[in-house]
Amino acid sequence: MIEVVIRNRCTGCQKCLEVCPAQVFELGVDGLSSIARQQDCQSCYMCELYCTSDALYVSPNCEQPEGIDEQTAEASGTLGYYRRYSGWDEWAGQHPNRHWVMGSVFQRAKVLLGPTKNELEKH
Amino acid sequence: MSIQTREAQERLVLHTDVLIIGGGMSGAWAAIAARQAGAEVILVDKGYCGTSGVTATAGPTHWWVAPEQREAAVDARAVPTLGLADKSWMHRILAETWQQLPTLAPWYDFARNEQGQPIYAALRGPEYMRALRQRMLASGVRILDHSPALELLVRADGSVGGARGWQIRQQREWLIRSAGVILATGGCAFKSHLLGSGNNTGDGLLMAAEVDADLSGMEFSNAYCVAQGQTTMTRAMIYAFATYYDASGREIAPVREADPSVRTFDLATALLEGPVYCSLHRVPEDIRRQLAEISPNVPLLFNRARLDPYQQRFEVSLRAEGTIRGTGGLRIINEFCQTLVAGLYAIGDTATRELVAGANTGGGAVNAAWALSSGVWAGQALAQQALSQGRRLHETADGAGQVGLGSQTAAKNSGLSARLVAQVRDEMLPFDKNFFRTEVGLNQSLDRLETAWQEARQQLTGQGAEQVKAREAAALIASARWCYRSALARPESRGLHYRQDIPDSSEAYQYRLNTGGLDQLWVRPEPAAGVPA
Ligand SMILES: Cc1cc2nc3c(=O)[nH]c(=O)nc-3n(C[C@H](O)[C@H](O)[C@H](O)COP(=O)(O)OP(=O)(O)OC[C@H]3O[C@@H](n4cnc5c(N)ncnc54)[C@H](O)[C@@H]3O)c2cc1C
Repeated sequence: MIEVVIRNRCTGCQKCLEVCPAQVFELGVDGLSSIARQQDCQSCYMCELYCTSDALYVSPNCEQPEGIDEQTAEASGTLGYYRRYSGWDEWAGQHPNRHWVMGSVFQRAKVLLGPTKNELEKH
Repeated sequence: MSIQTREAQERLVLHTDVLIIGGGMSGAWAAIAARQAGAEVILVDKGYCGTSGVTATAGPTHWWVAPEQREAAVDARAVPTLGLADKSWMHRILAETWQQLPTLAPWYDFARNEQGQPIYAALRGPEYMRALRQRMLASGVRILDHSPALELLVRADGSVGGARGWQIRQQREWLIRSAGVILATGGCAFKSHLLGSGNNTGDGLLMAAEVDADLSGMEFSNAYCVAQGQTTMTRAMIYAFATYYDASGREIAPVREADPSVRTFDLATALLEGPVYCSLHRVPEDIRRQLAEISPNVPLLFNRARLDPYQQRFEVSLRAEGTIRGTGGLRIINEFCQTLVAGLYAIGDTATRELVAGANTGGGAVNAAWALSSGVWAGQALAQQALSQGRRLHETADGAGQVGLGSQTAAKNSGLSARLVAQVRDEMLPFDKNFFRTEVGLNQSLDRLETAWQEARQQLTGQGAEQVKAREAAALIASARWCYRSALARPESRGLHYRQDIPDSSEAYQYRLNTGGLDQLWVRPEPAAGVPA
């Protein structure tokens, strides 16, 4: 669930207001993004992917808020991770999109683990 | 986009040739195809077209087979459909996908193999939807984000001629007249926290049923997907290597096949007993290193939870997928994906996928090929209809919504929507109700859902954003009832549909089940045309 907007990173660009599929954010009186409807957050992480200033922290727990503050979010060392390893914006060219190897990964798992004796019994 | 918090404004009234409701991959492909056929197109989405829905957050691999291998591929893929699919439709989606996907190259950076050939089949969700959005905008599609549809507009002759909805950020109503409507609102995941499915509440199914469209395959609505505990992260590739344990450390759900979904039965059984833990120690080193560049959101969540999944055991759960990666949806009556109602089309997860996936999940390749192809066919067909018959704006078209559209602003109503949603979740998410089905259990659930439906019928109202929630609640209840009513009418186990009280399949039930109705539900069998090898 969305936990916090890191205020000294947020530029007030409003991209998160635009892309959040659950309309969680509003523009605060200080001109920065603010979390207006935390309970509506779907934990899809799309806001983080689109935030070019890495100012958003969504916690793994989608069921309830965890009370993460700005310091804890910073200290996690994970701000911007999704965008970076997706190779978006300034990371273009540094982290190729390897999504397409998924098929071969499944093949490897199949070979490595092999089907067991009662493979089709229940299905 | 700047937000506007001022008082409710005058409503937005537009007209167009083709109106598409829902902007996941199927709606986007429909929009592109309709524009190419020369029609004017408006696409509305409840969230943001590009991030909302399960396409955006997943990474669909499309069924992708070269022409000379198709006969064999279809024969093989027909086996798990258990007699309910139709091979000619399977061939159609293979051919359409093969033709269309490469046309996305200017917008999507396809990787290349060692021979320098592009690899088309597997696209990562956010990049896929970003590409489709850019392509739509470049071709002149008008996109209205944060603009959920609330109800269809129906003409005197019963045909669909537009829709009405709400613009959440502008806080105003929208009303769009069109030659017809394509429903692309996705499947219904019953608010299960399946990644990306929060807006997929069955709205399209309800809107269509209100104008007397029917559904098919709704009993196949109980796929589940493994995820790190308490998270939405159902991108499950890495779990192909998983080892699972119960609380005492005993290994459970031993691997039968690499496809993680095959282990659902054992995992669900164990989860009914207590917590289940996972170890990923068998993941090969090189795959660990690549994971961030394959599915970056997966290690993101491990890191946030301060978890080393390759060394530490961690709790996992199963997220219900409802009709997503099940096969149920609106029944279509012709090769253009028209529903029973003139001017109304259903595509992607909103439509039944029984024609191509039968009784088993179409996830993993077939569903994406279906979403793309059904979108293209419906987009082309409605464009042609619009260009030949016009928008018929001189005729009246009235709102057809029947539940949750009263406009009183009683404060208790927001509470009512939330309570009804919680009730539906209670019936549709637990394994002992939806995965291990029994006649007794299904009847009990249907009784409770009936009470919820009556309450929704009589009391669910709201204005603006509250009305959107009220409609979601109504759609969730309606969808749940069609699922369980169909499940009751199939006294056997077949594919996804597992009846604990009748674990075997029976030749006698090798037909599809159609269903429909709002207050009075009905179910009736329909012979399946295609018989697999
Ligand atoms: C984790 C996961 C992995 C998957 N992997 C694969 C795979 O590898 N291969 C495969 O074939 N399939 C896969 N699938 C299935 C595949 O992703 C879907 O079949 C496909 O994305 C469906 O696209 P869609 O356009 O029908 O729906 P969605 O992408 O869900 O889009 C529905 C849209 O409708 C909008 N909407 C809903 N209600 C309204 C309303 N009232 N008004 C306006 N808009 C509305 C939503 O906001 C959303 O944007 C996967 C699914 C999941 C969940």
